[in-house]
Amino acid sequence: MSEISVLLVKIVVALGWLLLLALFLTWVERKQSAVMQDRIGANRARVLGLRMFGLFQPFADAIKMIFKEDFVPPFADKVLHTLAPFVSFFFVAAAVAVVPFGPAVRIRGTPVLLQVYDGTAGLLFLLAMLSLGVYGILLSGWSSRNRWGLIGGLRGAAQLVSYEIGLGLSLVGLIMVYPSLRLSEIVAYQGGLILGFLPRWGVFLQPLGFLVFFVAAVAETKRVPFDLPEGESEIVGFNAEYGGLKWGLFMLTDFMEIIVVAALAATLFFGGWQAPWLGPDGVRWPWGGHWAMAGGVVLFLQVLSFQLKVAFFCWLQILIRWTYPRIRYDQLMDLGWKLLVPLGLLNVLGTGLVMSLR
Amino acid sequence: MKNAFRLLVALVEGTIVTARHFFSNLWFHFLRLIGLKKYRPGAVTIQYPEETKPLPLRYRAVHRLMKRPGGKPRCVACLLCATVCPSECIVVEAAGDRDPEIQKTAGRFEIDLTRCCFCGFCVEACPEDAIRMDTGRIDLAARARAELVWTLDDLLR
Repeated sequence: MSEISVLLVKIVVALGWLLLLALFLTWVERKQSAVMQDRIGANRARVLGLRMFGLFQPFADAIKMIFKEDFVPPFADKVLHTLAPFVSFFFVAAAVAVVPFGPAVRIRGTPVLLQVYDGTAGLLFLLAMLSLGVYGILLSGWSSRNRWGLIGGLRGAAQLVSYEIGLGLSLVGLIMVYPSLRLSEIVAYQGGLILGFLPRWGVFLQPLGFLVFFVAAVAETKRVPFDLPEGESEIVGFNAEYGGLKWGLFMLTDFMEIIVVAALAATLFFGGWQAPWLGPDGVRWPWGGHWAMAGGVVLFLQVLSFQLKVAFFCWLQILIRWTYPRIRYDQLMDLGWKLLVPLGLLNVLGTGLVMSLR
Repeated sequence: MKNAFRLLVALVEGTIVTARHFFSNLWFHFLRLIGLKKYRPGAVTIQYPEETKPLPLRYRAVHRLMKRPGGKPRCVACLLCATVCPSECIVVEAAGDRDPEIQKTAGRFEIDLTRCCFCGFCVEACPEDAIRMDTGRIDLAARARAELVWTLDDLLR
């Protein structure tokens, strides 16, 4: 009974975290792009004369979307057309289940993981959820019975399937290095040190793997340098026939994907909730000092460290989105198949070589 | 291989440029917020309805008709402005005035601002300095076209 209630609380907290962050990421995207381009950005939405740098903008957007007409074109497949955004949304939301937010906490003697689902094959679960996200795009493009929608959907499917391979190959290197597929154990393993001073983070063990992973993962979010499925500048996209809240769901899914990719990059390659040299009893500096800390402070710092890493990667992805122009479709395929896949294979080969020689 | 390397360098350079803009602008936004460095804004934006750009001195905005000391229009209805107007948007009808100093004045003076091209020829042609384009008003909008045909009263205001 209590296990189920704990699980429910965890689900609500994780989902709430994801949705709230996604909501405010829309604001962050607007403001960050504005600041990068010497503009000010959305700052007009106000409540009771209070502007708060436009922080109410997400709510204004939500209200606008709710009051728009929920339109299904007469020629579309009604069931699939309605289902598609939810499919997209569901698989991204499900991916957060395996992300560890912090170390296990003892509540009244029983250890509680700050993670919704700590499956033995957590990494594979993640990969599966990321791959299944393609169904939302394909379904929406197909069920719209619109040529532009179909083109976008097929481009999306081709792109995501291609980059899935690079993503998977970059994770193979990780699987070889880490002792387990459980994400909690992966993060715990990254708490160690290499050569006595460097945190044993995935990015130091697998630098090439991280590069491949990050490029493939950014491509999976299908945002600007890789936004051929969506084509927001000329609306040749899988969501061409969507409006109102359903379109909003697609947009929210996009932002959730950014957060999921950021959380994955942090968890798999940057030590998750591990802060450098921070152990359960405080900071142990590699040059010999020791700052003792209470357990609560350490827990707080560790959870904060994860949040900061996620924030950094969200920032980096938005920076990338507002820096690069879109690449052409053949360049996209070249990047996926001719660069990321060979690099991923090279990484697996190199990792295997180093591990067998050691 | 060499090309790929140069591409990678270019990609990183691009991100550094945008990130530099981001951080420097954020820094100046912050300084402005806490009250330091007011003269260096973090953005080039002019928040239009609240703040406006200073117009150049000779900017040709919406017309106005000048008045005599008594309040009557300076216009003597010579029709030079209507003649010179390339858009043919000025309609002037003369009217008599009892005052022997004036004798002739404009009874009807209309400018169709939907047709006006703001060339300023009417101002140059006017021998009485009765029409000027120095109102500085640049926000011309109306819900019906008829509202943009300004009459004598609108122009004298």
